[in-house]
Amino acid sequence: MKLTLKIWRQKSANDKGNLVDYKVNDVSPDMSFLEMLDVLNQDLIDKNEEPIAFDHDCREGICGMCSMYINGRAHGPDRSITVCQLHMRSFKDGDTIYIEPWRAKAFPVIKDLIVDRSAFDRIQQAGGFISVNTSGNTQDANATLISKYAADTAMDAATCIGCGACVATCKNSSAMLFVGAKVSQYALLPQGQIEAAERVRNMVAQMDLEGFGNCTNTGACEVECPKGISLENIARMNRELMKANIN
Amino acid sequence: MALDSKVPEGPIKDKWTNYKDKINLVNPANKRLIDVIIVGTGLAGGSAAATLAELGYNVKAFCFQDSPRRAHSIAAQGGINAAKNYQGDGDSTYRLFYDTVKGGDYRSREANVYRLAEVSTSIIDQCVAQGVPFARDYGGLLDNRSFGGVLVSRTFYAKGQTGQQLLLGAYSAMNRQIGRGKIKMYNRHEMLDVVIVDGKARGIIARNLVTGEIERHSAHAVVLGTGGYGNAFYLSTYAMGSNVTAAWKAHKRGAFFANPCFTQIHPTCIPVSGDHQSKLTLMSESLRNDGRIWVPKHMEDVLAIREGKLKPTEIPEENRDYYLERRYPAFGNLVPRDVASRAAKERCDAGYGVNKTGEAVYLDFATAIERYGKEQAYVKGLDENDKALIKKLGKDIIKAKYGNLFQMYEKIVDQNPYETPMMIYPAAHYTMGGIWVDYNLMTTVPGLYAIGEANFSDHGANRLGASALMQGLADGYFVLPYTIGDYLSHDIRTGPIPTNSKEFDDAENQVKSNLDKLINNNGTHSVDYFHKKLGKIMWNKCGMARNAKELKEAISEIAELRAEFWKDVKVPGIANEYNEELAKAGRVADFLELGELFAKDALQREESAGGHFRDEYQTPEGEAMRRKEFQYVSAWEYKGEPKDAVLHKEALVYENIEVKERSYK
Ligand SMILES: Cc1cc2nc3c(=O)[nH]c(=O)nc-3n(C[C@H](O)[C@H](O)[C@H](O)COP(=O)(O)OP(=O)(O)OC[C@H]3O[C@@H](n4cnc5c(N)ncnc54)[C@H](O)[C@@H]3O)c2cc1C
Ligand code: SF4
Ligand code: FES
Repeated sequence: MKLTLKIWRQKSANDKGNLVDYKVNDVSPDMSFLEMLDVLNQDLIDKNEEPIAFDHDCREGICGMCSMYINGRAHGPDRSITVCQLHMRSFKDGDTIYIEPWRAKAFPVIKDLIVDRSAFDRIQQAGGFISVNTSGNTQDANATLISKYAADTAMDAATCIGCGACVATCKNSSAMLFVGAKVSQYALLPQGQIEAAERVRNMVAQMDLEGFGNCTNTGACEVECPKGISLENIARMNRELMKANIN
Repeated sequence: MALDSKVPEGPIKDKWTNYKDKINLVNPANKRLIDVIIVGTGLAGGSAAATLAELGYNVKAFCFQDSPRRAHSIAAQGGINAAKNYQGDGDSTYRLFYDTVKGGDYRSREANVYRLAEVSTSIIDQCVAQGVPFARDYGGLLDNRSFGGVLVSRTFYAKGQTGQQLLLGAYSAMNRQIGRGKIKMYNRHEMLDVVIVDGKARGIIARNLVTGEIERHSAHAVVLGTGGYGNAFYLSTYAMGSNVTAAWKAHKRGAFFANPCFTQIHPTCIPVSGDHQSKLTLMSESLRNDGRIWVPKHMEDVLAIREGKLKPTEIPEENRDYYLERRYPAFGNLVPRDVASRAAKERCDAGYGVNKTGEAVYLDFATAIERYGKEQAYVKGLDENDKALIKKLGKDIIKAKYGNLFQMYEKIVDQNPYETPMMIYPAAHYTMGGIWVDYNLMTTVPGLYAIGEANFSDHGANRLGASALMQGLADGYFVLPYTIGDYLSHDIRTGPIPTNSKEFDDAENQVKSNLDKLINNNGTHSVDYFHKKLGKIMWNKCGMARNAKELKEAISEIAELRAEFWKDVKVPGIANEYNEELAKAGRVADFLELGELFAKDALQREESAGGHFRDEYQTPEGEAMRRKEFQYVSAWEYKGEPKDAVLHKEALVYENIEVKERSYK
C-alpha cells in the first residue's frame, strides 16, 4: 500500500508544532502501525532528516507506553487495542492518516508524539497503594478468602495500563476512568478496604491538582480504553468518595 | 582473582536462617545516612527499591521508560511459582529446589536455588497483602496452574497478565515510598556507567533522555536490576528498549559476566512474518496446559497446507504427529522450554514446518475445547452429544483462561485460534546468563549488586516457566534487603559520597566522548541496520543449535561488524535533546561487544546443557549431552576486547541433589 501521513512535529515543549506530510510506499498489511513508522523513520534517517519521536516499548499492548491519536481516535480505529497492536490491514491503499500526540493540559508534549504522563504517577503516589511493608511475616495468602467475583472484578479494574487514552479522548481531559480503576481494584478487595476513605480522597485531590477536568458522563473514555475498563469503575469511585466524605 | 561464592556453612535447609542470624544490621537512625542507587524498576529493582526505602535507606531509582510501571516485567504473562502446596499434590521447598536445579540442567548454584525456593511462599503472601488480584476458585482460595518441566501445580497467576499485576504491586509499594520522600525516582534516565571509588561502587553516570543532560549520582552502594540481554538477537520477545548497557558497563568496570551463552529460546512465539518485523510476541507457556503441539505426519499434507489447498482442521487425527507426546510421553506437551524448542526446530529442519517459510508448528486447542465443553455440559446437565453446544461451552472456558492471549494472537496473525490451531515458533526470550554474583548477590565489584534477570544465579542453563518472576521478587523483597545491610553496616560513618571526585570526572568524560563519537560519526547506515545484522549472526550461529565452526565464524563476524559500526553508523540529531537513535546506538554498541563474548563462551562450553545445545555433543536420540568436566560457571573478566576476556571457573558442587541424566521421557 501507499499512504500519506500527516504527522504532528514539535521540537520541544516550548515549540509551537505543526502537521507535516510524509509519503510511505510498500506498506505491508502484516506490519504493525509502529513498524510502519519504523520504516518511515529509517527513510528519514537515510535522507538526513530527523526521525519522528514516539513512545513505545513492549509492542504487545501491555506496557502502556505507546500513545497516539490516529485519525482523531486514541490508539486508532480498532477497538480494545493499543497503537502497537494496530496492524496496517486496518487501512487501505491511498489512505491519508493523521497522527497526533495525546492532547491534554495535564500531559504536556515533550517532543513530536511524546507527552509527559507523570501526572498519573503522582496520582498513584498520593494513595494508589496498600500500606503494608515487606517483612516476610504477612499472613498466609489463603488466610482471607476472597470471592471469585471480587477477585475477578478487581482484576478487571487492575488491567489498566496507564496509557492515558481515556484522558486524551475525553472532551474535559478527565482522568476519572484511570483513577476509578485503581480505586476500584482496592475497594473490591478486603486488603484494600482499611484505607479506602483516605485513598480515594487523596487520589481525587491529586487528580484535581494536576489539572485534569471533570467527568460529565459522556463515556468516550470507556469506548477508547484499550483494556475495556468499564464506566462502573467511575461510579464505584464516586460512591467511595461519598462514603469517605460522610465518615 | 579466585571466585568466592560466599555460600554459608551448614546444612542447606539452615543456611539462609543461620546467615540471617549472624549478619551485621544497620540501626534505623543510621539507615537515614545511607544512600542506595537502584537501576531498574522491574520486579527485581522495583521490589528492592520499595523494601530498602521501607527499611529507611535513601533510595534513588532509575528507569529509562516514562514510569517505573512500564518496566519489561509488565509483559510477563503466565505466572509465578511458589512452593505453597495449596493443591496438596506433593509440592515442597525441596521439590521446587529440585525441579529448578534439574530444569537448569545442573548448572546453577545449589545454595542460591534452595534459598529461592524457601522464600517463594512469602512472595505470594506479600503480593496478596498488597492487593494483587491473583486468580481464585469458587471457594475463594487461590488457584494454580502447571508449567513445563514439573509434575505439580504451583503456579499462581492473574489471568494472562501476571507480570503486570506483580509489577503494579511493586510499583504501588514504590509509590508509597516516593510519596514519603524515601525514594527519589528518575524516569526517562539511562545509566551509562558505574563509578568506582577506592575499589567500591559509589555511583553512576546517567543521561536524562529528555534533555540529553549527563548527570552524576552518588551512593554507598549500587544495585543493577536492569533485566536481560536477549535483544542481542534483535528479534525477541523483549521490549524494544531492553538492553545490556548497564550490565556491560559494570562488566567493563570489573564485574565478571557469567554464562553469557545460556539463553532461553522460548518454544511458543508467533512466527516471523516479514523483514519489517521489530519484535516477536510470546504466546504464554501456560497455553501448553491445554494446547497440543503437532505437525502433519505426511509431507504431501505439509505442502498442501503451504499452498493453501488444505486446512489444518481437515487433517485427520491419524495423520498428525504430536511429536512431543510421541517423544516424551511422561511430560508430553509440558516438557521444559529448551526441549520443546529443539523438538520444533528438529521437525521444521526436517521440512515439516507449516507456514510459508517452513518455520512454524501448530498449537491446537480443539481437544481441550471438546474436553471442557463435555465437562461443562455434564455439570450443567445439558446434552453431551450436541456438538455445537459442546464447542461453545468449551470455548467459553478457554476464553476465560486465555482470552487476552487469543485476542493478541488474532490481532497479529489475523486468524481465529478458537477455530484453527495457532502457528508458533521458538524465539529468544530470556537470558539465564548475566553478571556473576555471590550468595549475597554482590558482583565481583564491592558494593555493586545485581538482581533479577540481570544476574546469572538461579536458573543454570535453562529457566523453568514462572520462575523469573519468583526470582526477581525474591531478590528484591527478601534477599537483597538482608545481604546489602551486612555490607552497608560498614558505611555508617562514611557520610555522603561527593560527586566532584576525579573518578566521577573520568567516568563522565568517557561517557561524553562516547556519545560525541556516535553523534559526529556521520556514517551511512542507521543503528537498526547494524542491530539487524547482529541479530542474524546470533540467531543463525549462536541460536538453538551451535557448533564450533559456526561459533568461530560468529566471533570474527561480530568483531568485523563492530568495527564497521564504529566507522559507519549514522546517528541523526544532537546529543542535548531527546534522541532515541542516540540511545539506541549506545545500546547496540554494547550488544556488539556482548555478542562476541556470548559466542566465545558458547565455544568454550564443549557440552550441551539446557538452552546451550552443541551439535557435537548429543546422544544418538538427539538429546543434550552434558559433560562432567563442564560442571562450572564460566565467569568472564573484562580485559579490553571481548576476545581477550579471561575465563574464571566457579566449580558447581551438588551435595543435596543427585546429578542425573535429565530425562522427561
Ligand atoms: C513476554 C514475556 C513473558 C514472560 N512471562 C513470564 C512468566 O509468565 N513468568 C515468569 O516467571 N517470567 C516470565 N518472563 C520473564 C520475566 O518477565 C523477566 O525475566 C523478569 O520480569 C525480569 O525482571 P527484572 O526486574 O529483572 O528486569 P526488567 O523487568 O526487564 O526491568 C529492567 C529495568 O531496568 C531498567 N533499565 C535497563 N537498562 C537500564 C539503563 N541502562 N539505565 C536505566 N534503567 C535501565 C528498565 O527501565 C527497567 O525498569 C517473561 C518474559 C517475557 C519477555
Ligand atoms: S483506563 Fe484505559 S485508557 Fe485510561 S489509562 Fe487505563 S487503560 Fe488507558
Ligand atoms: S508499546 Fe507497550 S502498550 Fe504499546
